[in-house]
Amino acid sequence: MTITENQAPAHEIGRARRRKEDARLITGRSRYTDSITLPGMLHLAMVRSPFAHATIRSISTEAAKAAPGVVSVVTGADIADIQGVNINAWPITTDQVTPTHLPVAIEHVAFAGEIVAVVVARSEAEARDAVELVDVDYDELPVVLDAREALKDEVLAHPDLGTNKSAFWQLDSAAQGSGGDVDEAIEKARTDGILIEREYRQQRLVPGFMEPRSVVVDPTGDQLTVWSATQVPHILRFAIAATMGIPESKLRVIAPDVGGGFGGKLQTTPEEFATIALARRLGKPCKFTETRSEAFVTGHHGRDQYQKLTMAATTDGMITGFKVELIADLGAYVAIVGGGVPVLGAWMFNGIYKIPAYQFNCTTVLTNKPWVDAYRGAGRPEAAFGIERMMDELAGEVGADPLEIREKNWIKHEEFPFTTVSGMTYDSGNYEAATARAKELFDYDGLRREQAERRERNDPVQLGIGVSTFTEMCGLAPSRILGSLNYGAGGWEHASVRMLATGTVEVVTGISPHGQGHVTGFSQIVADRLGVPFEDVEILHGDTAIAPKGMDTYGSRSLVVGGEAVVRAADKVIEKAKVIAAHLLEASADDIEFSGGRFGVKGTDKGLGIAEIAAATFTGHNLPDGIEPSLDADATFDPVNFSFPHGTHLCAMEVDTETGAATMRKYACVDDVGVIINPLLVEGQVHGGLVQGIAQALWEGAVYDENGTLVTGSFVDYTLPSAADTISFITDTTVSPSTTNSLGTKGVGEAGTIASTPAVVNAIVDALRPMGIHDIEMPCTPERVWRAIQGASSRSVDETQRDAAPHFEADQPNQDPSATTGGAK
Amino acid sequence: MTRITVTVDGVKYTDDVEPRTLLVHYLRQNLGKTGTLVGCDTSNCGACTVHLDGHSVKSCNMLAVQADGHEVTTIEGLASDGQLHPMQLAFNDCHALQCGYCTPGMIMQACDLLKDNPDPSEQEIREGLEGNLCRCTGYHNIVRAVQEAAVTMREGGATTDSTAPAQAVTA
Ligand code: FES
Ligand code: FES
Repeated sequence: MTITENQAPAHEIGRARRRKEDARLITGRSRYTDSITLPGMLHLAMVRSPFAHATIRSISTEAAKAAPGVVSVVTGADIADIQGVNINAWPITTDQVTPTHLPVAIEHVAFAGEIVAVVVARSEAEARDAVELVDVDYDELPVVLDAREALKDEVLAHPDLGTNKSAFWQLDSAAQGSGGDVDEAIEKARTDGILIEREYRQQRLVPGFMEPRSVVVDPTGDQLTVWSATQVPHILRFAIAATMGIPESKLRVIAPDVGGGFGGKLQTTPEEFATIALARRLGKPCKFTETRSEAFVTGHHGRDQYQKLTMAATTDGMITGFKVELIADLGAYVAIVGGGVPVLGAWMFNGIYKIPAYQFNCTTVLTNKPWVDAYRGAGRPEAAFGIERMMDELAGEVGADPLEIREKNWIKHEEFPFTTVSGMTYDSGNYEAATARAKELFDYDGLRREQAERRERNDPVQLGIGVSTFTEMCGLAPSRILGSLNYGAGGWEHASVRMLATGTVEVVTGISPHGQGHVTGFSQIVADRLGVPFEDVEILHGDTAIAPKGMDTYGSRSLVVGGEAVVRAADKVIEKAKVIAAHLLEASADDIEFSGGRFGVKGTDKGLGIAEIAAATFTGHNLPDGIEPSLDADATFDPVNFSFPHGTHLCAMEVDTETGAATMRKYACVDDVGVIINPLLVEGQVHGGLVQGIAQALWEGAVYDENGTLVTGSFVDYTLPSAADTISFITDTTVSPSTTNSLGTKGVGEAGTIASTPAVVNAIVDALRPMGIHDIEMPCTPERVWRAIQGASSRSVDETQRDAAPHFEADQPNQDPSATTGGAK
Repeated sequence: MTRITVTVDGVKYTDDVEPRTLLVHYLRQNLGKTGTLVGCDTSNCGACTVHLDGHSVKSCNMLAVQADGHEVTTIEGLASDGQLHPMQLAFNDCHALQCGYCTPGMIMQACDLLKDNPDPSEQEIREGLEGNLCRCTGYHNIVRAVQEAAVTMREGGATTDSTAPAQAVTA
């Protein structure tokens, strides 16, 4: 469904093109990093600390060195001068406490899984065998595993730092002039309005990309070549150059086929640095590929927040203030954008609503668990969860339909562009249209009727309907804004368009796709722009020797920022070609018009195709004076604003009140991601995103025991959903073109994940709300749901005596008696 | 070292392998059949799925020596006479892959599923693929692809929509 009609359907843009990428991938002609073998290549295996917190007393490597096939065994001390350091690129405050993160620990380990020594052998099996022979003597230290515990500073994750608190970051609408005073709004609501106070737990998640991380380093050429299963080859190159004493010009980083990332490969890892250090020292190509078990314990995790939320509203449900207090667990080290991820929520906790007063507070904390960083959505799912759960709570208090309460508070479509209470200007949107379409697809009214009937007859299987009208910020990011936030890099993107002599086109992009389908989507964009066949466009990426400039792929930025760079480079090609066309056609450049791949002379039938101009430029035999024989062009695009996609997601869950099992019955969503380049790719992104978000609500969670050992350390215990756990989805789109880029696109990579988690939990809570239940902690396992139901029925609630809403008591965690505390203490 | 003879994708190989070598490592490291991938170390993800004498097995879950005297088909041997298998075409047509890491295993498993049950219901497809994890697609389009391939294979012919898959073959 199209709401605005100012985008005439172009030839390629909007077509459900099948992916170019697939040909290799469906036939096994893939090239993932672990599939790369170089002559004389050696293999690394890591010796890892079994303890979450310890000092290293001594390491004995003699037996390992003598093992068959072993070439070298090194400790952190052995490579201290060449191993570099894992950097944090976004210190959120200038006084952020940031522990030094050595790739191979030397004296102190702060989480279980940290590398303490590296074995290099002729085969992977020999390297792994020899790991067992390295004898490390540790002095165990007490561990601190829970972020709230850590804030007490009783046990320190890094004793030398003197505190576990890394930083405090605040956005206050009154202070920055974008809204009123939140505490005033809260006090007023306490006397004559509605005040809702809740604490939610965002459990720790494991990204779970299917390709384990792998790195191959070849030191034998003029440049050191690094292949890595990474989302960020350019950032990795920068980090290596900045910390390992290798000139950037002597480094080539390649992200070949990469098997998913979801933020989990937006990192520069100890394993990458250790492999580079060993390859340089030994002068031989080296490879390290992690096992899945290692991926679980050492890859960065996502989420892990405590959210304390206070919403003030009038008795009829108009929000008057919203206060957010987050405690974010960073794990043992501040990862590359670790501190910044929760802070991204600052602009998103206000959601799609007009909130007069707002305050966001975030305290980041160090613990003895693996580091936390971006995971699909990165800060925005946490925010969308918080606000969308609270909207349902508000609806519950007022006794209104959750969609009505949202509509009452949301930004109307005629109010865009709209500057929110957090200070962001939303480019465009139409919440009414997306919601109307979603209700229709979902049969909202019919399901509400069924829900009422089931309640009426006390059906043991109750029906719950969950709503999530989310928004997110995409297109990371305007460099100036990043600068003002103390981020260590820019947010621009780069592209080159090269017209080849035979009329085909090479497009070089600085983004680094790993499953998204950008090769197909960008080909469609360029085909339309230059008027060349889709098949004639080649998209090159992911190799710093081919695409030297780039900021890589994350944060739903690739199309919005990277696509715009491609458009601008293509437009420059057209401008250059126009001059040559005018010369060849003996016309004035002003009389040349370009359309459908052809330069024509106005008012005549004379013209030349872009391929003909390319050939003429290649020969250079007849070019205007002073014109270089090249049509190629570069563009670097720095966005001035983010884009703000949105959507209405509706979820029906059947909750068996006898067993606690919650089963998904129906899921319908209508997303507005701006202009759609390829609906097939958009759908694919939505489906995959939905399941990741649903999995957070229902199944996934990293659980640690009291020693800091990951209990859910394999696919047996960490339950990634399978096809049998999920259902088919009903998806559709509305289109409100973005005003921040010439294609009108908004970004879709994270939408499904951000939207679906609160929709699912809202549905389960909706099913149980008549029992007095207003929260289930994620993942909403049958056991937790069952306990909530048991707790509710044993509570003998006198509804008439009940407070309008439960209130916080100082220092108490989640005060919903139904909620259990998370495993990740 | 143990001597084994295995036919892989139609070619007969005789090799000396260490008894502990997993079939998947033999395929990837000895034969260079890197189309078959490894996603876990607990036999849960299915990325390594191949056919052994026509039926799907997780090649990380058996030793190379156990394949001695048997016939293995990997994703690289699924197309025949330059023609992609209907399942490969359907995966492309239905956008049933993103990063492609689960894809070889998923396609091999899906083929096996249709061999046993040529006309499966959606639920039967979902259950038949339970041992293969995909983190990208949310399974929705994988299910569609298996349904589409089932129709094509029952009709015993080429896919109906030939535009894109044809490019896929030649690209
Ligand atoms: S590699 Fe995961 S099941 Fe074989
Ligand atoms: S396509 Fe990426 S894991 Fe399935």
